[in-house]
Amino acid sequence: MTTLGQVFVLGRRAFLRSIRQPGQLAFALVFPLFFIIVIASGLDRASALPGFPANSYLDFMLAIPFLHGALFTALNSAIELGRDIDTGFLNRLALTPARGIAIMLGNLAGGVLLALIQFCVYFAGGMLLGAGFEAGPLGVLVLFALGALGATAIGATAMTVALRTGSPEAVQGIFPLFFVLLFLSSMNIPRNLIETGWFRWIANVNPVSYQIEGLRSLVVDGWNGQALALGFGCALGVTALSLTVARTAFASRLTRT
Amino acid sequence: MISVASAVAGRILWKAFTNASFLLPALLFPVIFFVGFAGGLSRVDQLPGFDYGPGYETFQFAFVLLQSAAMGGVFTGFGIAQDFERGFARRLMIGAPRRGGILLGYAAATMTRWLFNISVVFVLGLLMGMQIVGNGIDLFGLLVLGLLVNLIGGFWAAGVALRLRSTQAGPIMQFPIFLLIFLAPVFVPLTLLTGWIHAVATVNPFTAFIEGARSLLAGTTENVGIAFGIAVPLAALFALWAYTGLRSAERG
Repeated sequence: MTTLGQVFVLGRRAFLRSIRQPGQLAFALVFPLFFIIVIASGLDRASALPGFPANSYLDFMLAIPFLHGALFTALNSAIELGRDIDTGFLNRLALTPARGIAIMLGNLAGGVLLALIQFCVYFAGGMLLGAGFEAGPLGVLVLFALGALGATAIGATAMTVALRTGSPEAVQGIFPLFFVLLFLSSMNIPRNLIETGWFRWIANVNPVSYQIEGLRSLVVDGWNGQALALGFGCALGVTALSLTVARTAFASRLTRT
Repeated sequence: MISVASAVAGRILWKAFTNASFLLPALLFPVIFFVGFAGGLSRVDQLPGFDYGPGYETFQFAFVLLQSAAMGGVFTGFGIAQDFERGFARRLMIGAPRRGGILLGYAAATMTRWLFNISVVFVLGLLMGMQIVGNGIDLFGLLVLGLLVNLIGGFWAAGVALRLRSTQAGPIMQFPIFLLIFLAPVFVPLTLLTGWIHAVATVNPFTAFIEGARSLLAGTTENVGIAFGIAVPLAALFALWAYTGLRSAERG
């Protein structure tokens, strides 16, 4: 079997395993939508601030479920990988001809596929709630692509932790860290409107801000080359770095016979 | 009953303060909410009609204080459910001469943990420039209000955990509380909310708690009576809910 075939088989396994946990799936689908409804309603008045870039706070927040959903799903995939290590499945897999890169990419692909399905729900939900979308039909594809790349970046980082620790609990433990990065970004307000100096500094160096702004630019600006380049660049950079570290961790984790 | 309660509380607190994986999530979330909302959204207090004197950090501290109190209570429900799944709760019930003490112990431990967490957020708030206009009595009232909300959350979750005795019941404990918290005037005063969320927030009991807490921090008495008027009976009602849950667990 080719490497691509191995990625497909292992990706299908990861995908099916995730959708067979309806509790987790429902949470990943419902929570980000609930969050945007509540926050967008609660902060609707904030769109009246001078310099606010969107017509409504709902438009401004539409990008956030894409990151939330990616976070939940990518972390769940990495937790499952940690469980595979914990239960010895990965070592049994090492006895097969499956290539290391196929095992890693297969795990990521399953999570990303599920995230793409979630994105359809978030986008449809946003449109039903009355959000606008400036970039048109092609922009929707770019939105999904950037969201999927974000899921890959988060998944690759969490997979590195799973491979280094071999523990699903340890992967679960990094959830607050991602949450911190999300909250200390331009999630709730544009960076230029952040008044608190130290917070603005953190938001400026936080790659999550650029990922959010890339997604958001498609909703509120249309086509903003700089925001998209930064969004794709940050997500690609984090993915490449995490996969490099994950590969080393993978090599030391597997005991090939 | 007291000896049972102190043994149960001692065990939970030992576990909570000696294991970072128990201590950190409960502490980290209020810190993240406070820093994220108070730091990131501070410009919101420049909106026309935003008339809260002490400033946005204080405005958000009231929310985080009550959010951490309610969710801290829910964490206790998770602990009870986990104790049942591992068989510990059954052994505890066999060993305890007065089982009401078990509930008291869980409640005491929940309140102690919350007091620790909110102290950390309070210090952080002061470092971020939070203004406290209320005097010592106001702050004492705020603490009592927080403890009552903590008990409401704890007894609600304990009642669910004692009836269902499974960690699978986690979303049932968590989601209603989460809904109540975020369908209140979290980011702006009630008067600045519009549409459906204004209608929901107006009848949401959590709104009364938040407005009472914000008044106490601002040194005024507006809404404080309503907050306590709702919190005290609710705490009593959910204590009854948890106690009948204990009886249900005894029957198996």
